Amino acid sequence: MTQFTARKAFWRGYIDCAPFVLIVIPYSMLFGVVARDAGLDLFQTMSMTVLVIAGAAQFTALALLQDNAPVFIALLTSLAVNLRMAMYSAALVPHIGHARFSLRALMAYLMVDQAFAVCVKTYEERPDMPPAAKVAYYFGCMMLICPFWYGFSFVGAYVGQAIPASLSLDFALPICFIALTGPLLRSVPHYVAALVSGVSILLFSWVPWNLGIMVAATLAMISGAQTELYLRRRAEKEAA
Amino acid sequence: MISDFDFWVLTLLLGLGTFLIRFSFLGIFGGKEMPEWALLHLRYVGVAVFPAIFMPLVVWPPATDGIVDPIRITAALAALVVGLRVNVIFSIIAGMATFYALRFIF
Repeated sequence: MTQFTARKAFWRGYIDCAPFVLIVIPYSMLFGVVARDAGLDLFQTMSMTVLVIAGAAQFTALALLQDNAPVFIALLTSLAVNLRMAMYSAALVPHIGHARFSLRALMAYLMVDQAFAVCVKTYEERPDMPPAAKVAYYFGCMMLICPFWYGFSFVGAYVGQAIPASLSLDFALPICFIALTGPLLRSVPHYVAALVSGVSILLFSWVPWNLGIMVAATLAMISGAQTELYLRRRAEKEAA
Repeated sequence: MISDFDFWVLTLLLGLGTFLIRFSFLGIFGGKEMPEWALLHLRYVGVAVFPAIFMPLVVWPPATDGIVDPIRITAALAALVVGLRVNVIFSIIAGMATFYALRFIF
């Protein structure tokens, strides 16, 4: 069994997140291109990328501003897209909640979907990881993703309209989320949760302000948890 | 055209709000144990959120003005199957390759 020193954990996180660079590059470039297309200048595009670092919310904000939606509706909608990260924040507490305040603030700022998924998967698979190594691992993950996110938003904003719309880079976004889901489907309750989520978002698409995502996610989490409890009870009954 | 004022109000508030969401539990409850029922539900955060993000984009893609596109659905299924069997990176390659190949053919 490998010993997890902080330094090793940092580089392990860095390497484990490396495949996501292939997603982050087209995704962040796409944001840069779309932002320039919507009329933002280079400085505005980069300000949004650095201040928000949340692709889905940035795309939502742009789309609504372009649509001439009132600012507060655009804000609420984009924040609703980000509400899922309150759940990430809670999920990370048992693993990195022990760190000091300033570190936790920095970790919160850097919290992104892909790296979160990798972190939680690793923490669950390696319960022997010491707390300090978990923090180092987290930074390893984020330190790989974030520079690419900034850098390629800039490249996208800089090259602007050079990327033809016929390439349909927009499809990289759902594909990215599908690829993230695949490895998480480890047990029957996980499948149930994913299915409930996917079906209910279509049923609740009429819910305004993107809050349908929160409705679907809540139903899915309850379904997953209840399925797990049901299977556990059944296994206990069979054992008895 | 997006007005400068609207842009900056939105960006600054979105940046602040997003940070507060990310910091919520980590900031307030740092180091404290979470109850068992919370942990039970949190195990399913990923599989509960991601399908809710990708399903509408696959079924009603904004790029086609929300019209169902069999090519995108097929490509999404390819990505899912490969993601289940192999890994993340091949899942993306399979999805995008299927998408471009089908678009080239049809």
